Amino acid sequence: MMAPLLEVNNLTKRFDRRLPPVVNDVSFAIEPGEIFALLGPSGCGKTTSLRMVAGLESVDSGRIRMGGILLEGNGKPVPAENRGIGFVFQDYALFPHMTVNRNVGFGLRRLPRDERRRKVRRALDLVGLKASAEAMPFELSGGQQQRVALARALVAEPKLILLDEPFSNLDAVLRETTRVEVRNLLKSTGMTTLLVTHDQEEALSFADRLVVMNEGRIEQTGTPEEVYNRPRTAFVSRFLGRTNLIDGEARGCMAETVLGRIRLDRTIWGRVLVSLRPEHLTLRPWDERANRPPGVIVGRAFKGHDITYRIRFPDREWLVHTDNRTQFQTGDRALLAALEPGVVLDDPPDSVAVSTPPEPAEIAAGA
Amino acid sequence: MAVWLKSWRERRAPWMFVLPAALVALATLVPLAYLILQALDAEGQALREILWRRRNLILFWNTLRLVVGVLLVAAVIAFPLAWLTARTRLPWRWLVTMVGVLPLAIPGYVMAYALLGLGGNYGALAQWTGWAPPRLSGYWGAVFSIGLYTFPYLFLNLRTALMGMDPAQEDAARCLGAGSLETFFRVTLPQLRPAILAGSLIIGLYVLGDFGAVALMRFETFSQAIYTQYALAYDAVYASWLALLLLVFTGAVLVMEARLLRRTLLHKVGSGNRGKLGLLRLGWWAIPAWFFIGSVFLASVLVPVATIVSWLFQYPEGVRWVDAWSALRGSLTASVPAAFIAGALALPIAYLGVRYPTRSTRVLERSAYLAYATPPLALALAFTLFTYRFLPGIYQTLPLLIGVCALRYMAESVGPIRSALYQASPRMEEAARTLGCTPLAAFFRVIFPLVVKGLGVGTALVFLSVMKELPLTFLLSPLGFETLALNVWNFANEAMYAEAAPYALMLLVISLLFVGLLLFRERST
Repeated sequence: MMAPLLEVNNLTKRFDRRLPPVVNDVSFAIEPGEIFALLGPSGCGKTTSLRMVAGLESVDSGRIRMGGILLEGNGKPVPAENRGIGFVFQDYALFPHMTVNRNVGFGLRRLPRDERRRKVRRALDLVGLKASAEAMPFELSGGQQQRVALARALVAEPKLILLDEPFSNLDAVLRETTRVEVRNLLKSTGMTTLLVTHDQEEALSFADRLVVMNEGRIEQTGTPEEVYNRPRTAFVSRFLGRTNLIDGEARGCMAETVLGRIRLDRTIWGRVLVSLRPEHLTLRPWDERANRPPGVIVGRAFKGHDITYRIRFPDREWLVHTDNRTQFQTGDRALLAALEPGVVLDDPPDSVAVSTPPEPAEIAAGA
Repeated sequence: MAVWLKSWRERRAPWMFVLPAALVALATLVPLAYLILQALDAEGQALREILWRRRNLILFWNTLRLVVGVLLVAAVIAFPLAWLTARTRLPWRWLVTMVGVLPLAIPGYVMAYALLGLGGNYGALAQWTGWAPPRLSGYWGAVFSIGLYTFPYLFLNLRTALMGMDPAQEDAARCLGAGSLETFFRVTLPQLRPAILAGSLIIGLYVLGDFGAVALMRFETFSQAIYTQYALAYDAVYASWLALLLLVFTGAVLVMEARLLRRTLLHKVGSGNRGKLGLLRLGWWAIPAWFFIGSVFLASVLVPVATIVSWLFQYPEGVRWVDAWSALRGSLTASVPAAFIAGALALPIAYLGVRYPTRSTRVLERSAYLAYATPPLALALAFTLFTYRFLPGIYQTLPLLIGVCALRYMAESVGPIRSALYQASPRMEEAARTLGCTPLAAFFRVIFPLVVKGLGVGTALVFLSVMKELPLTFLLSPLGFETLALNVWNFANEAMYAEAAPYALMLLVISLLFVGLLLFRERST
């Protein structure tokens, strides 16, 4: 394993002494060439963390080290202009009084003119904007502005590039294609990247590894698959898509729950809180011989390749994704069954209200 | 008229909006044209004598260095103030904004009178402290009295520009390796250029036209020379030539400004704003900051007010407030009607510019600003000569004075009306039309109620300007007509500082009240 390029240790930042820290004891490390994401709802401290890495925000305590050089932590922070870290801002922050060419060449002033021109041309070529070199920023579309901002950051050959919600100002259609293009570009240049986003789909599809943050703290670190399939907390499981949370009495790798006996993802004893994603559940027809009472289908949304059902039991509702071959209608009675092992969460079982999974938007707004 | 407008574009501006705008343009252009004709009337030999006088060069040099000096004073005050209000977390920032705006209430000639009354053996300072520094006069006197009065124009422009700028741009520059000085010179300053130009233009035009302060300070400029030639030497031809030279000077300034501005098209790109995060904490630097703010307030507001009040107590036989009241009545009879007429003229012009932005309406709009850009003494001279020759019925009458004041200061009320109009979407008017309103009815039932506040602000600005107005009143007022401004200047010009005090105080109280009111309104919205 290579030494990490960026190491952040116990980073803490407080804006107001009366309030809890905005960034609270945050630590992570990024490998060279890796795309790393900070994911969390707005106000969770992810952008502040990013700005501290860039040197745009002062650090209260903690250390930031890049390539063996201490950027923060000995009381003498390296100023932003000497860090060699590129930054692509949410609103791109292009200089409106300069052409695309001069925007991109801004950071190369100390190079001889010919070399500067060559580099600018290559950077614009890389982002596919050679034709717009003499345009003013306002003449470009949002997607083009974004690519200029990227070229401007890349052309200075930084060791690390920071992206602050880079796709949030693009419309939905453009966002997906731009995301793929930018990811390919970053990977082809081998650029180490730190991305901040509140969009879970963006983080899961864009990053090699990610950190989920909530209220200034790190909830979980891991690859997208790990974080999605094995969330460690109720917050993570809800923030990354929808989930059903249930109580259970664990006995080793099984637990007794309202669904009957289900498998668990690890061995544990005692009362536990378990997360079951809707797609890890399925519906079975109910008949008189079943030893459990049935639920009633109260909602059915056909989405083409799958169907989302809401099924009501006396105590609560459940969310289930099935393939499009199941044929239940609203009002039918059915039983629930788990297809995959339940994921045991670290939260104590009574700390989280076990109820209908809310929409992800509601979690983001409430957090 | 409607025909050629139609040829410019299909959607024709309604005549009831075009007509007032066209009238305003004509009313300004015709007398100015006559002034030029009058000047060209001079014989060849006489003309050569007029043009090659050494005095013209001196006047030119004096006017130029006055403009430069005033701009420097204004910049030194306005830059730090604007930066403090827009970019720092200094507490009580609205107070700093006050300090930056209130001096507008103290006209240049009152400032000049106060500075003259401050120093010297019998000055206010000598009375308070026994210390009698030499009296400030001449070039430096003129520079400070006008600079302390006009710096708010630069301050307001800079403040708006600084607040509108995206702080992420400065962060971006730093991430690209630029230090804070480099960032300021390569990113911040270039974007302030339009604001600097706009503020400097207003100040420059004011300096070119100012007569009261320079005359009191005994500093010769074009404007002051026009007055001397016309009112004291009765030489209309030379006065016209001086006015013409001043117009050329003004035109050159306007052209220069337009050229400098041409390549700076500033659009904010993107939409993010980090708001409070971008503001700087001053820490201990707040102490020198407040010291600076306090000094500006002391020099621009406290000193003139205190000087005037102290002279008031020296009044030989008790203050004769009766005279002051009658002068106030004179001021009001000119400024109240002028303000309303200006508002009524500005409304259609602003409406045309916002709703029908074609080349022809832009020409009309520009010509409405012509009177504002014309130095007031040149404008007054043009109207005097024109009415004397062609409309003797209104020569030196109150209606003429009111009309010319309205014409000149109307430009000040276009801005607030226009901003209000931008809030009123054309969709609303279209909705009213589909509900059965004629264009005029739609305007009065839907748009007018929305712009009435902007109209109020615009009218108040004109009222304030006409109250403080001096040069137009000098040449155009009927015989025996008195205003506060005239009396302040006349007494101060004779070094009768005590006699000038009640008029000056009354003028200041009214101006300060109005400026305070406008500020308060801006703060509450």
